[in-house]
Parts: sequence; structure tokens; C-alpha cells
Amino acid sequence: MTPLPRWADVVLLPLLNVVLAFLVGGLIVLAVGQNPLQAVGIMLYGAFGYGSGFGYTLYYTTDFIFAGLAVSLAYHAGLFNIGPEGQAYVAGLGVILIGLALNGMHWALVFPLMIVAGALFGGAWAFVPGYLQAKRGSHIVITTILFNFIATAMMGFLISRVLKPEGVNSDESAPLEAITRVPQLRTFIELFKNSPVNLTFFLAIAALFFVYWLIWRTKFGYAVRALGHNPVAANYAGISNQKLIMIVMAMSGMLAAMVAVNNVGGVQGRLILNFVNGAGFVGIAVAFMGKGHPVGVGLSALLFGILYQGGQELAFQMPGITREMIVTIQALVILFTGAMGDMLRAPLSRLLTRPDATTGAK
Amino acid sequence: MTGLNPTNEQRSSGTAASALAIELVGINKHFGPVHANRDIHLAVRRGTVHGIVGENGAGKSTLMSILYGFYTADSGEIRVNGVPQKITDSRHALALGIGMVHQHFMLVDNFTVLENVVLGAEDSALLRPTLNRARDHLKQLARDYGLEVDPDAIIENLSVGQQQRVEILKALYRGAETLILDEPTGVLTPAEADHLFRILGKLREEGKTIILITHKLREIMAITDEVSVMRQGAMVKTLQTKDTSPGELAELMVGRRVLLRVEKGPANPGKVLLDVKNLIVTDDFKVPRVKNISFQVRAGEIVGIAGVAGNGQSELLESIAGMRDQLGGTISVNDKVLSLEGDDGAARARAAGLAHVPEDRLRMGLVTNFMAWENAILGYQGSYGEGLGLDIGKARSTAEDYLKKFDVRPANLDLKSSNFSGGNQQKIVLAREMERDPDVLIVGQPTRGVDIGAIEFIHNQIIKMRDAGKAILLVSVELDEIRSLSDRILVLFDGHLVGEADPATADETELGLLMTGSHSDQVITEPGTLPAHETPMQQTLVEMSPKDNSGRDTN
Repeated sequence: MTPLPRWADVVLLPLLNVVLAFLVGGLIVLAVGQNPLQAVGIMLYGAFGYGSGFGYTLYYTTDFIFAGLAVSLAYHAGLFNIGPEGQAYVAGLGVILIGLALNGMHWALVFPLMIVAGALFGGAWAFVPGYLQAKRGSHIVITTILFNFIATAMMGFLISRVLKPEGVNSDESAPLEAITRVPQLRTFIELFKNSPVNLTFFLAIAALFFVYWLIWRTKFGYAVRALGHNPVAANYAGISNQKLIMIVMAMSGMLAAMVAVNNVGGVQGRLILNFVNGAGFVGIAVAFMGKGHPVGVGLSALLFGILYQGGQELAFQMPGITREMIVTIQALVILFTGAMGDMLRAPLSRLLTRPDATTGAK
Repeated sequence: MTGLNPTNEQRSSGTAASALAIELVGINKHFGPVHANRDIHLAVRRGTVHGIVGENGAGKSTLMSILYGFYTADSGEIRVNGVPQKITDSRHALALGIGMVHQHFMLVDNFTVLENVVLGAEDSALLRPTLNRARDHLKQLARDYGLEVDPDAIIENLSVGQQQRVEILKALYRGAETLILDEPTGVLTPAEADHLFRILGKLREEGKTIILITHKLREIMAITDEVSVMRQGAMVKTLQTKDTSPGELAELMVGRRVLLRVEKGPANPGKVLLDVKNLIVTDDFKVPRVKNISFQVRAGEIVGIAGVAGNGQSELLESIAGMRDQLGGTISVNDKVLSLEGDDGAARARAAGLAHVPEDRLRMGLVTNFMAWENAILGYQGSYGEGLGLDIGKARSTAEDYLKKFDVRPANLDLKSSNFSGGNQQKIVLAREMERDPDVLIVGQPTRGVDIGAIEFIHNQIIKMRDAGKAILLVSVELDEIRSLSDRILVLFDGHLVGEADPATADETELGLLMTGSHSDQVITEPGTLPAHETPMQQTLVEMSPKDNSGRDTN
């Protein structure tokens, strides 16, 4: 099979996959007796149509960018990090601990420290599977999945038994004071009304540039890609596979950790149970749809942000469409862009290369 | 078009159409802008061995893939036994009696020989009856063609040569009358290659037709009846083997005169640059492969390590290059003992002035997904740019320089390395390792899978390095290569250095015997008259006997 031209590979194929996902999703909407076109309209309106909807879209996008970059970075080293969910969850502990310790201080001081503390906790949580992979050969997929469960259990215990203040009924830590929280953009920009998008969004944009620079413009990134494509050749090139695996996993965990800064520091102002709420797993789909490239990750994170925010609007506006159906449509997008992302590759390649072949036969 | 004007060979063969097993008429095939086959005419007589030679990328494999149904030709006709056929897939080709033995075997490693042979040709839902029938059939085939393989052996326990026999059995079991062999000896030891040629001889006696794709001219001269030469997608000429010479074929292949012999002056050895003392190395399973080896390589000399593949060469190379931990012994470069522990030892070996052209460029020497410029700095990435950043401009200009100096084609820095031909990939690796002016160069299989024009170039580069006062350690399973390049030959057998020879005076038989761990007084010269050999080693010994080597040294 002849490879696709680059533009088709990067733009056309993902686009077709999304369209296909929406077509199938449309059939489902049709099956429950609703108008699919109207549904799409409501979704887009919910995501972009008014300030606070747009703000929510960007808020979700922030989470997905970090989780997507975490998966992408590890993937460039040939490591499939399934654990951003747990890494972000544990990072929440770091964020809230530093926040509570400095409660009442100005956010300009606390925000950078939240980033550092979150990164330390999330990075450490990813480092352990990295260590086990490098030194013991325990497969990273298995260990990161298991570490998600461990994170859930451990954080559940810590939140409900240790961090929960006296006299509070719900499972959550003590709150941060308003001045300590990462400021939301609505305080600067009227448009975002009461949406939770906060300064962390700009951190996500910076992270996209940083990861691009790291992977394609540094010696470190060169080594990471060599390792990812061919570990034997990396070894030949004098690159320590073991060290690199541990470092990359730690960095991947640090990126995932920023989900906690966005959520704990910027929105909740406290540590609540299961605050990550699947963003880590969406990161896997985002990374694959974006082909591990920061531009792709940014765009697919935005798409999933639209799906999340627009989906909630849809569930609210069209009573015939339930939460579960929104999840189904999101799952379809993941299915068609991730798992079946190469389904259209062969027919597309035939279609695009046929003119050459027919002229050649003459 | 030329299809209406067949050349003399084709016209004469066309008159006796029934004697032709395969006939290709005016085959054209494009891949995008690449014209891979241009109006190819080929006539293969029944009961002959027909060689097809050409450099990598000449279109041999494409042509055979069309015949075998992997690709469909854009235009042209395939005639099998004189009847035009549209071959749609490999199953169809097999039904027409065309079988193929691929360069990379298509075997299930954890199945037995028998299971592999019947795979895809089961004639009932239950396996047992098929296997029983196949066992008898297999025995008969083995008897007829000398294809002895234990039907119950597991594939992964077989040697490469034996696996290849299984591939041939697979094709014969499916009723192949015409066998296509794609570079069959690339992975074989000389003894195994000899064995293969005896099998091919038997097959020919039994009336089978064999198409042999290779770029080793001595094989063409040794076994084929007719030979067709391809160059740049076109069929250049078809010749009777007995009327041609390797020199003529090489010239037709490359399109210019090629020196088949390496021209080099006498060595001028200086001080010891590489000093290996009591080296012990294990493989990945902790089995010792290099067993207490000591040797030295001096400035300005090429030391060749001869040996049958799998006698510790890979482990020796990898341990000197810092990729494999040593169990004992020392390696010194320029009087400095290297410390190579850990999995980044290769970086320290490089820093000490040692360059390494690995045996397997695809697995080790290149990241095939990288672009040419990225591979041109592999291993030296640390010296491109200050601090964290990678100095891409410097890397690219270095790479450009390499591609130009080593005549890599196409000279495209941004082409993915997997899209270069084998010879050009090897040139990228060689340029990278040679151009940084190392003191010691260790080279494994420098010309494996490399076409003839590039071999000449690579050999000359290695000699040039020697004359520039570098110490060169050469490991190759091609005895010819070792003999023509080396100034001293060390023979490696079962992890021990069992002998040293002077290439000028060394006798091929004597070397062959050393390589198989035996001495000349134990030679058994009459194969076939002996009882079954107890060990594979003895089998090899018989196969290495001078009688079978006669007539093969065609250079």
C-alpha cells in the first residue's frame, strides 16, 4: 500500500474519522426520534454560543491538553502511559497541601508552587511504574493501570479520613481562600461570565509549545524518539534506555499533574473525591487522535472539550437525549479516531493514488 | 513499443513455447512516479535454474511479486506453461504451480515443521488426518530432494538453513512446479548455501523449474543455466550462464566496469590501538558466547574475524562497542581501559575513540523511522548543540556532507531512512562512523544485503581508513570479504579464537575447517558414503569438504 500524502494523513484522515463518528452518532439520535441536525446545532451553541459555555469548553480543553500531552510524551519514548488519571489524582494531593499550607497568601505566590508541588506528586506517581519498567521489566501498561486503582483507593482514604475537616459532611478537604486560588479568567474578561476557565489554560498552551520544543528541538527529545522507534538502536547510540524511561515517565506524570492545578487550584479550591473524572483517560484518545503531535493534541483536546461542554448542553436542552447517549457519542469519536483510526487509510490511499496508476498504464 | 520487437533470445525461446514454464511479456508496473518494471520480457525454460540478477531496486522483487500475485501489473501478460493467466493472489499462483521462498521466512516459530507445512493447506477440519498424510508426503519429498528435516522439530529450534528447507518443503507440498527463491543465501553460512545448491540441483533433475533472485554472482555462475540481468526496472539482457563471466554480469548490472577484487597495498601496522584481554561475554540468556578471548589490533591494519555465524561474533562486537556487559576481561582503546558497564556504555566507547558499524543496520545502526539527517548523527547527538537544544542546522550540514562524500542516493536529507536501499543505508552508517575520525573502527558485516557497486565503494572506504592509520576490526560471515580485506585473519569458533591465518597464504579449506572447529586430519572426503552424522557440526564438516567446493570459486 502506498503511504498517504502528508496533508491527507494529518488533516483529511482525522477529519473523515470525526465526520464518520458524527454520522453514526446522528443515526443513534435519529433512532430515539430526535433531529440530529438540531442536536449538532445545540451542541455547537453550547460549546461556543455564549460566554460561559465557551469558558467551560476551554476549561475542559485545558484538562485534555495536559492529559493528552502526558500520553503523547510517553508514547514518543515507546511507553504507553495509561495512568494520567491516577497521576493527576495524586497530584491533587500536592496541590491542596501546598495550598492549605499557604492558605490566605496571594495566588501569584501560590500558583507557581502549586505547579511545582503537583508536578512532584504526579511525577513521583508515574516514576514508580517507570522504574519498574526500566529495572524490572514490568510492563508499563499493566503497572500504570494498577497505579490508577491504587491512587483511587489511597486518595479516597486520605480525603475522607485525613483531609476532611471536622463537621463537614461531604468527602472533601478544607477549602482554599479566594485569594489563594488560581484566578479564573472571568475576573479579567467579562465574556466568560461564571465559567471555571482559569489561568491554567495559558499554562496548557505554553505546555503545547514546550512539548513541541522538547521532542523536536532538543537532544533529549532526539534520544526519546530514538528510544521510542528502536530501543536497540538507542542503546547502540549510547542512550541509557533505563534512565530515559524513568525520566520520561516522571515528566509524563508531571504533565498529567497539571490537570490537578486546573481543577483543585483553579475551580474547586478544595480536594474532592474523583475530581479528575475521566479526563486522564480522555487524554489517551486525545493523544492518539492528535498523533502525539502538540498541534494535533491541541486540536483534538478542543474537539473533546466541545463534546464535553456541548454534550452537557444537549442533555439539558433535548430531554430525549440522556447523559448516557452523550457518552455514547463521545465513545464513538474515540472509537473512530482512536481504535479504528486507520480504517479509512487503505481506501483513501487507493482513491488518492489511482490517477497516477491509470496514467502510468498507458 | 518494444513488445513487438522481442530480442533474439526471446524470439528463439518463443518458438518452443511448450518448453517454457513461465513467460512474462511486456510487464509494466508503476508505484506512483516510480516506474519499477519497464516492459519486461522474460522466458524461463522448464527444468532449468534461471537466475535473475540486479542491484537493489532494479525491480527483481517487484517482478517476482507480480508473478506471485502480490501485485498486479499495470500492463503485460503472464503465461504459465504457455497459457496466459491473470494471477490474482498467491493462492492462485500456487494453484498454477508457482511457489515462492521468501527472503524473510514466513514460518510460525512455535509450530512444528509439519504444522507449518500444512498451515493453510489443511484439507479437513480435523488436523490429525492432514498431519498424517502430510508426514508421509514429507518423507517422500525429503527422500527425493535431500530435504531432510525432522517433521516434529519446532521451527525456532532449527538453524536458518533448516528453516529455509521447510519453506521449500512448504512450496513443494503445495505442488509447486516452479520455485522462486528470493535472495536465498543472504542468511546462510557457506556450508548451508552449498547444501541449498545441492537441493536445487536435485530439484532441477526432477524437472522442477527454479527462478533464483540474487546479487551474488558466484552463485549465479555455480548453479544457473540461464541468467537475466535487470537494471533500473528494465531487463538488460538474458544470457547463457556458460557463455558469460562474473565480470560481464557485474558490468551489465551496474552499467559500468566494476572491480571485483579489492585493490590494496601492504599493511603498515603501528602501535596497538585496540587491546582485548581475556574477554568473557554472555548473551541475553546469560550463556557464555565469548570465552576468554585476547587479541590486539594495531594502527593501520585490518584484523578480520572469520567464523560461522553464531559463534560469538555478535557478542564480541557488541561488547567491544559497549552495548553488552562483560563477565570478565578488559578492553582498552589507545592504552586506556574502557569502563562499559550500564546500558549507556556505547557512549563511553565512542568518547574513547571507538566507532562501530553494527552487523545489523536495520535493527541497530539506524532508526528506520528517522530521516537521513537524524540518522547521520545517531550516537553523536550529544555533540550537536550547546546545552539542551539540538543544533539542527549543524546536524543537517554534517549530514549533507556525509551524503555527498559517500554518494548516498537519493541525497535527500529529509527522506525517511527506511526508504533508502540497503546499500545506501549502509553508506549512511559508514559515513557517520568513519567521518568522525575514530582511532578504532569495528565493522560487522559491512556489505550484507548491499549491491555490487556499493560493495566496491565500501571496501575501498575501509581500506582508506586503514591507510589513514586506524585500527580496524572486521567481522563478516563472507569468507571472501574477510580474505580480501584483512591483513590478519583470526578464526572464531564456539567463542574461542582457534587460529590465526595470513590471508595471502590461507587456504579456504583450511579456514573452513578451523571455522567448524576441526583439523584437516579429520577431514572426511566422501560425502554420501558415510553413516548418518551424529551432530550438526559433523554434518557441516562433511558439507565443507573440498570436493563440494570445487568449481565454485569463480572469481
